[in-house]
This record gives sequence, structure tokens and C-alpha cells, in this order.
Amino acid sequence: MKLAELESPFERKIEAEEKIEPRDTMPEAYRLHLIRQISQHAHSEVIGMQPEGNWVTRAPSLRAKQILLAKIQDEGGHGLYLYSAAETLGISREELILQLHEGKAKYSNIFNYPTLTWADIGAIGWLVDGAAIVNQVALQRTSYGPYSRAMFRICKEESFHQRQGYEIMATMMKGTAEQKEMAQDAMNRWWWPSLMMFGPHDSDSPHSGDAFKWKIKRKSNDELRQKFIDKTVQQAYVIGLTIPDPLLKWNEDKQGYDHGPINWQEFKQVIAGNGPCNKQRMEHHKYWHEEGRWVREAAEAYKQRISTLN
Amino acid sequence: MEKNEALKKFLLRLGDNALIQGHRLSEWCSRGPMLEEDIALSNLALDNIGRAQAFLDYAGHFYSNPQSADDLAFKRSERQYYNFLMAELPVGHFGYTIAKQLYISAYEELLFEALTQSTDDTIAAIAHKAVKEARYHFSHAADWCVRLGLGTAESHDKLGSAMSDLWAYTQEFFEMTDGDLQLLQLGIAPDQNQIKKVWTDKVNKVFMRAGYVMPGECHQYSGSQQGVHTEYLGHLLCEMQYLQRSHPQAAW
Repeated sequence: MKLAELESPFERKIEAEEKIEPRDTMPEAYRLHLIRQISQHAHSEVIGMQPEGNWVTRAPSLRAKQILLAKIQDEGGHGLYLYSAAETLGISREELILQLHEGKAKYSNIFNYPTLTWADIGAIGWLVDGAAIVNQVALQRTSYGPYSRAMFRICKEESFHQRQGYEIMATMMKGTAEQKEMAQDAMNRWWWPSLMMFGPHDSDSPHSGDAFKWKIKRKSNDELRQKFIDKTVQQAYVIGLTIPDPLLKWNEDKQGYDHGPINWQEFKQVIAGNGPCNKQRMEHHKYWHEEGRWVREAAEAYKQRISTLN
Repeated sequence: MEKNEALKKFLLRLGDNALIQGHRLSEWCSRGPMLEEDIALSNLALDNIGRAQAFLDYAGHFYSNPQSADDLAFKRSERQYYNFLMAELPVGHFGYTIAKQLYISAYEELLFEALTQSTDDTIAAIAHKAVKEARYHFSHAADWCVRLGLGTAESHDKLGSAMSDLWAYTQEFFEMTDGDLQLLQLGIAPDQNQIKKVWTDKVNKVFMRAGYVMPGECHQYSGSQQGVHTEYLGHLLCEMQYLQRSHPQAAW
């Protein structure tokens, strides 16, 4: 289709690969799709602070503690950029948090799994952040300007997270028998949920149609998942970890790995709220949000007081 | 007391204060009243852990069999820790943490300012970095004291009770052992009495800005200079040292 034939300035911009900015006219469905996607992304960053925060006070060295704290601090920062990006679409952070608490907004399923040993902190950095980067690099080209720009900043930090996670795993694989066992156990528990992070197979993905048309989404779930598997398998072998998939095999024709079937039943169960930590994560978030209410009220009252004085 | 022994203990106190305070602050992770504060408190924790590493690393040189910062952090027991009692008290509500931060960071700003002039070059170098952090920690705490003090009736009361409860742990900051007096003579450590005067004035100004009256004289807890702590420290160390203690052969 030629640009001139497109009806609206919105469509013309999308076609010309120009970014849509907050003041531009946009279809309501586009706006709502973005609010849903960006807020889900923001909530994921924030809820993700819980499983990692679970190990801050038990980190095994001062260096490891500092790296983990810095990483969680980054995740909080990502949450902030993303809430701000969502706010440009005409919704407040408080409303977004309310949607989360009411179960209307989701966060990444992966954070409904528990961090049981220190190796899980390595697995989250390496596999979970590794999967997130694959997704987020693709999102740098997303059509909404503030979201795209947030992705550029976030990707730089995520690649540092992925390296530190891999370093934890590599160190443990060079360590004692117990450390190796912990690392392999973490690999076994996090591998499949990490693959599920890319969402259902393309044939079953309910939101993809419009997202592609509007160039919010640039690559399909299966394409991204394949990319993640291909880059991760080698990394696992190098440090002596086994991928817990007996059907994983190099496919010469497609120049990528074939993998065994993903347990979509488990995926659906976790989405439906029956993962090991769904309830715990939400209760934690609600509890501390409520505990902080008096502080937010005080800050607001003080602001009012100062503005009256001036 | 031999000079090196005095210096070792002085450094352990500096390192332990930072480590235990950093540990408590890190407990705020994912629990802040707003995302911005979650990030800010983690950042304060991070500064403290970094400072702990620097001081403990240096302290390790004064052992007959040199110890790493990690050895000192993860393999000493309760009675070998010298941090202020205030640092180890439970994290409490946000106002309680802010009150702790106010007292400690006001002290640390003055302490590190003085230590930048230390005749010990390593201490002076660490203090140069630490004083910048402490300044920012103090202004973070003081700003929150004013917001909470002048915010709502609830916030005023919560911060007010925290500040008076914690007052009983403040005078311990300024205690000087014989070893400290020896270090003072050598120009390594500062005169805590001088710091106390300025600290009292500095903290009082925040009390006034935030609409409070500074507490008068009251019973003061003490003991950490002798490694005698509250019951809270043991539990904190159990948690912090668990991996190092259960896998003594492992490197992380």
C-alpha cells in the first residue's frame, strides 16, 4: 500500500516506521493494548524484585550482595520508567497498581516460581533476564516512542544482569559437589518456565494480530523463543550444565535447536493463579503497599502544606 | 594496648556499623512505601555494604593471619562484632528507619569529615568517598523527617515516637575506649567529644524543622564496644552468614 492511500496520520506514521508520541492521535484499541502491555511489563519488574530480594540478606559474599542489590535497584528503576511510559497514555500509577491488586493486570508468570537456593539467583539472572533481553531487544523497535526509548535504557542494564547471573552459575559449577548440584537443580527448575516466558505458540497467541499490525510487536513468540534457546544451549554446555530436555537436538536445516513439548497445562495453571507463589507475591505487594499508605499520605499532605505557604 | 590492636578494633567498628546498617536497610527491598523509596533505601544499603567492604578489608591486614573482608563479615560471631546497638535494631516501620538514618548519618557525616584528615592514608581515602555518601544519606533522612513531622498527625506521631525511642541508643556513638584515645593522639581517629557537640546541634536543627523538641537526658544503652549486643544481632548474623557457614569449603 502506498503511504498516500492510508487514511489516518496514525496509519501513515506506522507504515513509515515513525514513532507514535503521546500527543499523537491514536486508535483507542492501540492505546489500551499499550497500557495493558506496558503495565504488565512494569508490574513484572516490580514483582520480580521479590524472588530476588528473598536472597539479599543471605547473599554469600559482600561482592555478591552488592551486585544483587544493584540489580534489584535496576529492576525498580525499570519499573519506574515503564510506569512513566504507561502514564503518557493517560493512566496514573495508582490506577495501574489498583488494576494489579484487583487481578485485572498481570505480571510475568515466571515470578510465581520460588527462589529456593542461591543458584536460583544465578538462574534468574542468566535465564530469566536472558529471555527478557531477547524480548526487549525486539521491543526497541516498537512503534510507541516512550516504550521504545525505555527499552533502549533497560536493555543496557539487563545485559549486565544476564552476565552476573551466568557468573554465579559458572562459579558454582567450578565449586564443590553440593554447589554443582544446586546449580543443576536450579537449571532444571527454571529452564521450562523460562521458555514459557515467550508466551503461547504463535498459533495460540490471542493478542498478536493487532500488535503486529500496529508494530507494537515486531517478532513472534516462537521466533523469540528460538533465538533464546539457540544462544543459551551453548552457554550451558560451556560450564557443564545439562539442559533438562532429552529431546533437545540441533536441526541442521533450520540452523537452530528443536526442543521437546512445553507443558502448557502448567503455564495455564500458573496464569490461573495456581503457581507456587502467585498468592504470596500478590499478598506481599498489597501488604507493603498498604503499610506505606501513611507515608504517601504524609508526603502528599506536606506537599499541599508547602504549596499553600508559597 | 598495642597501636595495631587499637586500629584493628577501630576499623572493625567502622566496618561493622556499615555492614549491619546496610543489612537492615537491604531488608526494605520490595517493601518501600513507594517505588522511589524502595530504590533509595536499596541505594543507601549499597553504599553501606561497599563501605563495609573497604573498612573490613583494611581491618583484615591487622590480624596475625590476614583475613579477607568476607572472612570478617561471614565468619565472626556475635561477641566479635562492634557495631552500634542502634544499627542492629529491627528495621521497624518507615519512620523508624528514617529516625535511625537521621541519627546515624548525621554522626557519620561528621565522623568521615574528620577522618578525611586522618594521618592514616587508607582511612583518609575511604573517608573521602564515605563523606559524600553520608552527606546524601543525611539529607535524605532530614528531608523525610520534615515531611513526616509536618505531614499528617499520624506521620508526626509515628516519627516522633521512633525518634524518642531511639534516642536511648545515640550516646553510645561517642564512647571512646583507651585504644581510641591512643589513636586520637596519633591523629588517626577523631575526638568523639567534638563530634558530639556538632552532632547534637545538627540533629536539633532537624528536630526543630520537623516540629519536634529534642529529647532530654535519659537512660542510655551501651555495650557494643565490648561486643555485648542486643538479642537481635544473633538472628541477623544467622541469616547473613548461613551460606558461608553451611558450605565452609565453597567459594562464591
